[in-house]
Amino acid sequence: MTPKLRLWLFAIAAAGLVACYLWAFGGLPGFGNYPGPYGPEILKRAIPETNATGVVSAINFDYRGFDTIGEEFILFAAAAGMSVVLRRLRGEREQQQDRSPADEVMNRNVPPTSSPLRVATLVLVGPTALLGWWLATHAQTNPSGGFQGGVILASALMLVYLSGESIAFRRFSPVDLLDAAEAMGAGGFAAVGLAAIVQGLPFLDNYLPLGSSPGTVTSSGTIALISFLVGIEVAAAFILIVGELLEQTLLRQVRREGKS
Amino acid sequence: MTSPAVMATLQVVVLVLVAAGAVLVVRTRERVRLVIALSVYGMLLAILFFVFQAPDVTLSELAVGAIALPLILLLAIAKVRKPE
Amino acid sequence: MQVFPFLVVAWIVIVGLYGLITSRDLIHQIVCLIVVQSSTYVLLLGVGYVTGGVAPYFYDIGRRALAVDPVVQALALTDVVVEAAVTALLLSLAVQAHKRFGTLDPHDLAEFKG
Repeated sequence: MTPKLRLWLFAIAAAGLVACYLWAFGGLPGFGNYPGPYGPEILKRAIPETNATGVVSAINFDYRGFDTIGEEFILFAAAAGMSVVLRRLRGEREQQQDRSPADEVMNRNVPPTSSPLRVATLVLVGPTALLGWWLATHAQTNPSGGFQGGVILASALMLVYLSGESIAFRRFSPVDLLDAAEAMGAGGFAAVGLAAIVQGLPFLDNYLPLGSSPGTVTSSGTIALISFLVGIEVAAAFILIVGELLEQTLLRQVRREGKS
Repeated sequence: MTSPAVMATLQVVVLVLVAAGAVLVVRTRERVRLVIALSVYGMLLAILFFVFQAPDVTLSELAVGAIALPLILLLAIAKVRKPE
Repeated sequence: MQVFPFLVVAWIVIVGLYGLITSRDLIHQIVCLIVVQSSTYVLLLGVGYVTGGVAPYFYDIGRRALAVDPVVQALALTDVVVEAAVTALLLSLAVQAHKRFGTLDPHDLAEFKG
């Protein structure tokens, strides 16, 4: 199939797709005129029922918690799948025991990290970690939540790597601990839901005490707990993903010498 | 509270920028430049989500599109680079 | 303005698909996939927007304020984070393909069987 033929086929298919899109968008109520009954209904009920002022997080972890547990397990499976796919193939030697990772890193023609970069990234690690922690534990009040908090927590550790301290990064991300943290996050979410079944309520029902007034950290029952667990799981998954790919780049060095 | 007219012009401007950003990302062929273009596109998307009154999605897109995704892409590119 | 965001969504999809089809590099194809996926976020948020509405967080504004739809925001939020993990999985597949076959050109990769 020549590139020209491929482009012509694409043009025909794209024309059909655009026609379908225009037909579909013609039936929509227009930008800004959202009519749907679901949104305003939830807005009316969310604060009285859950004592959470962050309605989006209340939807994520309470009203549509079942979707969120599915998405979280997609994340879990992606991180696990990466460890399976990036396994060592036949012919790739292991690193010898007496060579430390520092030697491997210095073998490449890597320019030394400039001082302003190192200072800037290392200074930002602490505030970023604090921000991530705050986001993961305050889902019920502000625009925050487990998912964003987890990614920002993971990025605090990535900043350590970006400042040139890849050895410190590897020491801070032991695979066993991260696997355990990720499993605890994902399993904890499921366990909170199952604990609801044990009490005779539907799966993932909000059964913890709802707190005194809306908008405090201790309000809204299971939403805060689930958000925290999700934050741990997302952070562990992202650190695992970056660690896997980083190990691959270090592995390449040994293999290249073997094949030269 | 800004008036709806100001909001509407802001949204139109950012939408046009996002459309231009998508073309920029697709037309870049070299790998490292692709990562930078994707970073810029992610930030434009974050601004768009902010103007659409969705601060949660803005935070997610910023954290993912400007930090996590470029780092993962750069590590993969480093792995498949031809040895010099 | 009634339909402009949806036109931009269709534009992003077509541009992303065009890049996907005319690409000679697996990494570029994965990035084009990210662009196509980002169009769905714009569509979700565009559908739920209410003119004159504010973000649905009532920590410091009154309960009766007109707010945009929170359900689509919840969907888009988890989407963004999960997309990054799935992209990482796709990238690891590309890395393994490069290890086995030595090339990342999809036209060459299509010829290998088994």
